[in-house]
Amino acid sequence: MSSGWPVVSVVAIALLQALGVLIGGPLLLGLMRKVRCRLEGRAGPPIRQPLLDLRKLARRERTRPEQASWIFPLAPLMVVGTTLIIAVIAPLLATDPAFGWSADLFAVVYLLLLGSIALALGALDTGTAFGGMGASRAMTIGALAEPALLVAVLALSVPARSSNLPTIITRSLAHPLWLASPQRLLALVAFLIVIVAESGRLPVDNPSTHLELTMIHEAMVLEYAGPDLALVKLGESMRLVVLVALFADLFVPWGIATAPGASHLALSLVATAAKVAAVGVALAIFEVAMAKLRLFRVPELLAGAFVLSVLAVISALVTP
Amino acid sequence: MSGALLVATPLVGLAAACVGAVAPARIRTPLSSALTIAACGCGLAAAAGVLHSGHSAVLYTNRLLPLAGFSLVLDRFGALFVGISAVVGICAMVFRLGYDGHGLASRTASCVLPLFITTLLLVPAAASVTTFLFLWELMAITSLLLVLVDHRRRSEVQVAAQWYAVMTQFGAAALLVGLVLLATHAGSQSFAAIAATSAHFPAWVRGTAFVLVVIGFGSKAGMVPLHVWLPRAHPEAPGPVSALMSAAMVNLGIYGIVRVGDQLLGGGPAWWWLLVMALGALSALFGSLHSATSTDLKRLLAYSTTDNVGLMLLGVGASGLFAATGHRSLALVALVAALLHVVFHAVFKGSLFLSASSIQQATGTRDLDQLGGLLRSMPITGPLFLVGGLTISALPPLCGFVSEWLLLQAMLHGLPSSNPALAIAMPIGVGALALTGGLTALTFVKAAGIGLLGQPRSEAAAEAGEVRRSMWVGTGILATLCLVFGVAPFLVIPAAVDAARSVTGARVPDPLVGGWQIGLSGIHGVLAPGLLALGLFVAISLVAGARRVVQRGAVRRTEAWGCGRELQTARMEYTATAFGEPLTRVFEDVLSPAHDLDVSHVAESRYYVEAARFHTTLDDSFERRFYRPAARGLNWWGAVARRVPNGSVHRYLAFGLVALIVVLVVVA
Repeated sequence: MSSGWPVVSVVAIALLQALGVLIGGPLLLGLMRKVRCRLEGRAGPPIRQPLLDLRKLARRERTRPEQASWIFPLAPLMVVGTTLIIAVIAPLLATDPAFGWSADLFAVVYLLLLGSIALALGALDTGTAFGGMGASRAMTIGALAEPALLVAVLALSVPARSSNLPTIITRSLAHPLWLASPQRLLALVAFLIVIVAESGRLPVDNPSTHLELTMIHEAMVLEYAGPDLALVKLGESMRLVVLVALFADLFVPWGIATAPGASHLALSLVATAAKVAAVGVALAIFEVAMAKLRLFRVPELLAGAFVLSVLAVISALVTP
Repeated sequence: MSGALLVATPLVGLAAACVGAVAPARIRTPLSSALTIAACGCGLAAAAGVLHSGHSAVLYTNRLLPLAGFSLVLDRFGALFVGISAVVGICAMVFRLGYDGHGLASRTASCVLPLFITTLLLVPAAASVTTFLFLWELMAITSLLLVLVDHRRRSEVQVAAQWYAVMTQFGAAALLVGLVLLATHAGSQSFAAIAATSAHFPAWVRGTAFVLVVIGFGSKAGMVPLHVWLPRAHPEAPGPVSALMSAAMVNLGIYGIVRVGDQLLGGGPAWWWLLVMALGALSALFGSLHSATSTDLKRLLAYSTTDNVGLMLLGVGASGLFAATGHRSLALVALVAALLHVVFHAVFKGSLFLSASSIQQATGTRDLDQLGGLLRSMPITGPLFLVGGLTISALPPLCGFVSEWLLLQAMLHGLPSSNPALAIAMPIGVGALALTGGLTALTFVKAAGIGLLGQPRSEAAAEAGEVRRSMWVGTGILATLCLVFGVAPFLVIPAAVDAARSVTGARVPDPLVGGWQIGLSGIHGVLAPGLLALGLFVAISLVAGARRVVQRGAVRRTEAWGCGRELQTARMEYTATAFGEPLTRVFEDVLSPAHDLDVSHVAESRYYVEAARFHTTLDDSFERRFYRPAARGLNWWGAVARRVPNGSVHRYLAFGLVALIVVLVVVA
C-alpha cells in the first residue's frame, strides 16, 4: 500500500500529472478540432487555439444572472477541482502516483459524477429554460451512462481482484494476455462509448452547435462568462483527457513508468502523450464519420454499452 | 447499567404519552417532546452501553402480558437499530417544537407520538414472539393514528391511511403465521429457543416461515411489490412523523429479515437469498425510477426510501448468498455494508424529510412545480436539503458513498467464483446498483435544482422565509452527521461489524481495515474518505484562488440570455415534470404514463386553437395492474357473499344443518 518510491519522484509525478492534464486537456481538444477540420478540407485553427481562448476568457469580466445564488459561481470550481484530484491520484504517468493507494475506480467515477452534478445545479440556478433543458438532458444521459461505466469497470476489476487503479494496471502489465481477452475487448468498447457520452462528444452531443434547442452541455453553460467560462471549458477538456488517458493506460498499459527516475518518467510522458493523441485522433475521425444521434436514440446506444459490459463481466467469469 | 436504562426507556416514554394526553395545550408540546427526548436518550445510552460492552441487557416480566410474559433482550444487533431510532427520534422531537402544521399539537397526537417512538425503541429488543408481535402491532397502530392526524381537513389522508392499514395488517398476518409456525416447531416462543432448535426443523417449515417473514417485514420496509402504501402514507403524515417512518420504521423491516433469516433460522439455502436479492434489485430500480419522475417532494422522498430499502436488501441477500456458498468473510462484509446503509439512510433520509417538511411549512406546498428560489429565502434549510441530496446520491465525501462503496466491493470480490448463482447474481446486482445510483443523482439534481434554485414558480415560494430555529436545528443535526460519518466512517463501522457478528455468530476475523481508510483485508486498495474530503477542499480552494487572481473588477449582475427576448419569467423555467420528461420517455414501457391533450378551437374556425391543455399522470404500475384489480375482485366477492345471508331465519337454519352434515361427514 505504501509507496516505496522516493518522495521527490512521487511529488514530481503528481505535479507533472496535474500540469499535464491542465495543459494537455485544451491541447487534446485543439488536436481533435484540427484533425476534424483537415478531414473536412479546411485548414483549421492551430492546435494551441483552445489555450489561447482560455487566456482571452480569463481576462474578461465575470457575470452572474440576477436570480442565481452561490451555487452558480461554485459549479465551475467543482468541475475543475474534482478533475484535478483525479489527475493527481490516478496512475496516468506512473504506476505509483501520489496517494495512489486511494485511487479507487469507484471513487474516480463518483468524483466525476460530483462534477457533473455541480454543473447541472449551476445550470438550474440560472432560472432559464435553457439551463433546465441542458441539465435535464445531461443528467438523463449521465444516469444511463453510469451503469455501463460501473459494470465495465467491474469487468476490469474482476481479473485483478481489486478496484484500485494502480493495482489493475500493474497486474495487467504482469499478465499481458489479459489484454487480448474477450472481456477486455468488450469492456473497451463499452468504456469508449461512455467516454463519448460523458464528455459530450458526437454522436451524443455536438460541442460546436450554435442552435440552443439541440444543445446539451452548451445549454448548461450558456450563462457563464469570463474566468468562469474559462474554468468550465478547462474542466470539460480536463475530464476528456483524464478519461482518455485512463482508457489508454487501462487497455494499453505499456510505456507507463513502473519505476522511479527521470528517464522512466520522461519516457512515460512521451508514451502517454502519444497514446492519448492516438485515441484523440481516432475519436475525431469517428466524429467526422458520424452524425449526431437524436436525443431519444442515445439511450439505445448506452443500453448497448451496458449490455457489452455485462457480457464482459460474464466472459470474465468464464475465462479464468 | 444498560438494563436499568432499558427499563427506563418505556417508562419515560409512557410518561411522555400521559403528559401529552393530560397537560394543558400551552405546555403540551414542549413538555411531551422533552420527555420523549429523555426516553430516546435512555434508549441511546442503553444501546451505546450494549454496543460498547457486548453484554446484552435483559428485561423479563410476566405481569405485563398475561400467559406469555414480556421479554426484552437488547443485544448488539438490536442496539444498532435502537441507536438509530433514538437519534432520529431526538431530531424529530427537536424539529417538532417549531413545527405547527398538520394538527400535531392536538391531545391525541401528543399522546400517540411518544408511544410510537417508544415502540420504535423497543421492537429491536423484543426477545419472544408474543412480545415482538405486541410491540410490532402497537407500532403499526400508533403510526396509523399519526398518519390520520390531519384527516378532517384533507381527504387524501384518509385514502393514504386506508392503504397503510390494509398493507400493514396484511404484513402482520404473514408475520404472525410465519413466527407462530417457528414457535410451534420449537416448542417455545422465545427467540433464543427458536434459534437453538431451528436447524432441526423440516426444510419446508424453514422455507415457508422465511418467505412469510420476508413478506411481512417487506411490507413494512416498503419493498416492491408491497410498497404501495409508502408513497401515499409517508407524504401525508405530519413532518416529524414522516421522517420517523422513513428513517426509523422501515429499518425495522430490514432488522426483522436479518434477525429471522440469519439468527433464528441460522441462514438458509441459496434460493432464499436470491429471492431477497431479486426483490431488492426490483425495489431499488422501481423506487429510483418513480422518485426520478415524481414531482411531489415528499412522494419523491418516499419512493427513494423504497429505492434505498432495495439497496439494503441487496446487501442482506448478497450476505446470505455468500454465507450459503461458504464465503463467510464476504458474507460479513456484505452484511456490514447493508447495516451501514441502514444507519446512513436513516441520517440522510431523516434530514431530507425534515427539511422537506420545513419547505412545506414555509411555502404551503410540496409540489416541486410550485417551488424555486428557496436557497436565497431559506438560507439554512436550503443548504441542509442540499447536503441530504448530495449524500443520497452517494457522492464523496458524504456518508452515502461509504456504504455504497462497501456494497460494491463485497459484490466485486464475490465474483471470480465457480458458483453459478453468485456469477449471475453479482453482475446483475452491480448493474442494478449502478443504474439506481445514476437515477438517484438525477432525482436530487431535480429536487434541489427545481426546488431550491432559479426563480420562484409561485407567489408562495416567492414569499417564503426561514423556519423557526428548532426546526433547522433538528434537521441540522442529521445533516451534520451525513458529513461527519462520510469523512470519519470509523465512528460507526466497528458498531456495524459487532452488530453483524452478533447476529450471524460468524467467527471470522474482522474483514475490514479500519481507521481513516476503509479496505478489505487481503485486497489491495482502500477508500480514504477523509483524504478525498481534504483533497476536494484543497483543490477547490486552489482553483478559487486562481480565479480570484485573474478576476478583474467585481462580478456584474446581468440578465440571463432569453434567445433575444428581454423578459425572463418563472413560466419559462423548466419544471420538475419537464426535467423528468426525457427519462419518462426512455422508460415509457415500465412507467406507462397517461397523456391527455385537450384542445379547444375557436368557434368561428376549427383551424384556430383557442386553448390547449396537456395533462399527464404517472400512476404506480403495480397499483394499477395488480392492486386495483385485486381490490375490485374483493369488492365483487363481498357483494356476492352479501347476497347469501338475506335475513331469512329459515335460510340460517339450513346453513346450520348443512354445516352439521359436513362436519359429521368429515369426522366420520
